[in-house]
Amino acid sequence: MSISRRKFLGWMGAAGVASTVGRSAGAATETTEFVGTLVDTTRCIGCRRCEEACAKENGNPVPDPDDVSVFEKERVTDYKAWTVVNRYETEKGIVSVKRQCMHCNQAACASACLVNAMLKKEDGPVIWRGSKCMGCRYCMVSCPFDMPKYEYHSVIPKVQKCTYCFSRQEEGKLPACVEACPVEALRFGSRREMLKIAKSRIARQPDEYYNEIYGEQEAGGTSWMYLSKVPFDQIGFNTGISKTPYPEFTKGFLYGVPVVFVLWPTFLAGMSILTRRREQADEADNKKADEKETAKKEAPPADDAKE
Amino acid sequence: MSNGTVKALNQEIKNFIPFFLEELKPKGKIITPFNVISGITIFIGIILIIYRFAFGLGAATNLSDDFPWGIWIGFDVVTGVAFAGGAYVLTCAVYVFGAKKYHPIIRATVLNGFLAYVFYAGALLLDLGRPWNVVNPIIGNEFGYSSVLFLVAWHFLLYMMAQFVEFSPAVAEWAGWRKLRKVLGSLTIGAVIFGITLSTLHQSGLGALFMMAKDKIHPLWYTEFIPILFFVSSVFAGLSLVIIEGAISHRVFRDQIPEDHHATEEDITIGLAKGAAGAMFAYFFLKLLVFIHEHHWTYLGTPMGYWFLVEMIGFVAIPLAIFVEGVRTRAITPIRVAAVLTTIGIILNRLNISVIAYKWDAPFHYYPSWMEIVITMTVIFVEIWVFRWVVLRMPVLRKSPDWVEDSH
Repeated sequence: MSISRRKFLGWMGAAGVASTVGRSAGAATETTEFVGTLVDTTRCIGCRRCEEACAKENGNPVPDPDDVSVFEKERVTDYKAWTVVNRYETEKGIVSVKRQCMHCNQAACASACLVNAMLKKEDGPVIWRGSKCMGCRYCMVSCPFDMPKYEYHSVIPKVQKCTYCFSRQEEGKLPACVEACPVEALRFGSRREMLKIAKSRIARQPDEYYNEIYGEQEAGGTSWMYLSKVPFDQIGFNTGISKTPYPEFTKGFLYGVPVVFVLWPTFLAGMSILTRRREQADEADNKKADEKETAKKEAPPADDAKE
Repeated sequence: MSNGTVKALNQEIKNFIPFFLEELKPKGKIITPFNVISGITIFIGIILIIYRFAFGLGAATNLSDDFPWGIWIGFDVVTGVAFAGGAYVLTCAVYVFGAKKYHPIIRATVLNGFLAYVFYAGALLLDLGRPWNVVNPIIGNEFGYSSVLFLVAWHFLLYMMAQFVEFSPAVAEWAGWRKLRKVLGSLTIGAVIFGITLSTLHQSGLGALFMMAKDKIHPLWYTEFIPILFFVSSVFAGLSLVIIEGAISHRVFRDQIPEDHHATEEDITIGLAKGAAGAMFAYFFLKLLVFIHEHHWTYLGTPMGYWFLVEMIGFVAIPLAIFVEGVRTRAITPIRVAAVLTTIGIILNRLNISVIAYKWDAPFHYYPSWMEIVITMTVIFVEIWVFRWVVLRMPVLRKSPDWVEDSH
């Protein structure tokens, strides 16, 4: 019988000893080629065909893309709308921005999940699996983009967010939103390729683009990346997001765990043995003192010594 | 084990069932103000719990996508577990360092700790959307080793077992299991050492849970040292609760407590206060270092800054000073006042990190619904009822029966 490394680590983990070993969430390494999508907000016309396609693909309530009243206030995704387009008034005119899960290279949600219900797939999509999830919502606390959404009014709640149409991807198809985009504001390929395209667009038209790609480094890099003509804080992005991959923030603690697990019991056991020895020595001393005292008063009976 | 031992064990267990049924009956006065208030709360709470499971979390709580964790996590679990810290601190003092002075209160503390884990960690089930999957990290569907919560979940489970082993001699003495009592007593030191290790890790682990919420928690509270601060503060949180619990027990369970323990109570309380003051000093000092190191002066002039000062001065520095004064003058009342202030400070700190300073700048901030509060009170009252049931029956505060040889 062969034991896979993963299984072995699983047992170790179960013992509470090695919950830290190796493997950061998603096994993201430099050599893994993740998929990527480039969102060029300078091209986006805010037609919301992506919203429509997304809802149809995933069985969510389909919005009317021609209803412009939705732009009156900034919207966020929710459990039944996994992508939304917002419009922003900026110094360079109106900019439309599609938002959805960013599919981080090292996803905070996936590393937070104690049952791997949130899973970073090898090719990039971060997906949720209901057969594992216990509904603790730690993924929601951890996600820097606040993308996992919850069915609070359901008795069997799901955690919902963009799945990157991973099943379509497996069939070799484009994500539904990318396919629906009429102006090629969305482009899908490998992450590396998308970065290259983004950089060349900035290089070729430096006046047209703000010199930054949102998602290149945010949270350690994400599969969805954005180009813009204005700084990103003007179009609804949190520019304060750390460049460090979020799982790194718990690493220090997790690395300390095995150390404490080995050193603490050893130290405590040593202390308790010392304490007991001292107690025994004290008792012996007391006994001697007692004996002396009794001996002074009267000769002690021989069998008392056994006490 | 010899054949005779097995037979004796069997007989002991057989006799237990009728004895247990007899013990289930209530003791003492039934209609008291406390019983009436807690009884009504528990009754309403049970209805609300049914309502929560019938209509989902959204129907009973104010939780939202912006605030996925409310007081059921922030108070019940995160704060409740800090208060349960007295158990590992005292077992360490008594069994590892031989501080025999605290032996009279060890069982009540361990019982309190054990029940706190059962009920407060148990309250987690109310908060889980899919509680039937709670066994997944245990049975391996799947093991999320990279998760702090995975560690915390396992530790809760293991520590509950360790605490049960620590308390089990009292159960055996109550049930009259003489043979089993010997076996269980010999396990105590192992369970204690294992329990302290687990506590060190999951008390700090509860803080490490929030490490990835870096951009969401106000910078005055978010620091990479949260795990260490949680661990250090669990020491004085636990000790303060032991002081308060002792003060209450001495009134409520007066007839349970042997005379010579009444005499040592003052001594014990002062000792606990000394321990709490030491840990609090370390904590305050650490907090100060973090504050200076991260250049947080500018935040102090903001409303959140004032709130931070309320927590740090009002509920850490001031109770610390009162503890020190109480120890110096050997005065019990100030020590108890300090203990109450300290526990309020712990509640503030844990709620600040998990709820109040979490997305402090959100336009619509979370506050608990009345149902969340009533259900939380239900959990606390049920815990107190069970605690009382056990104390009135098992040798928790009173002395062990005469047939017991060692003292565990």
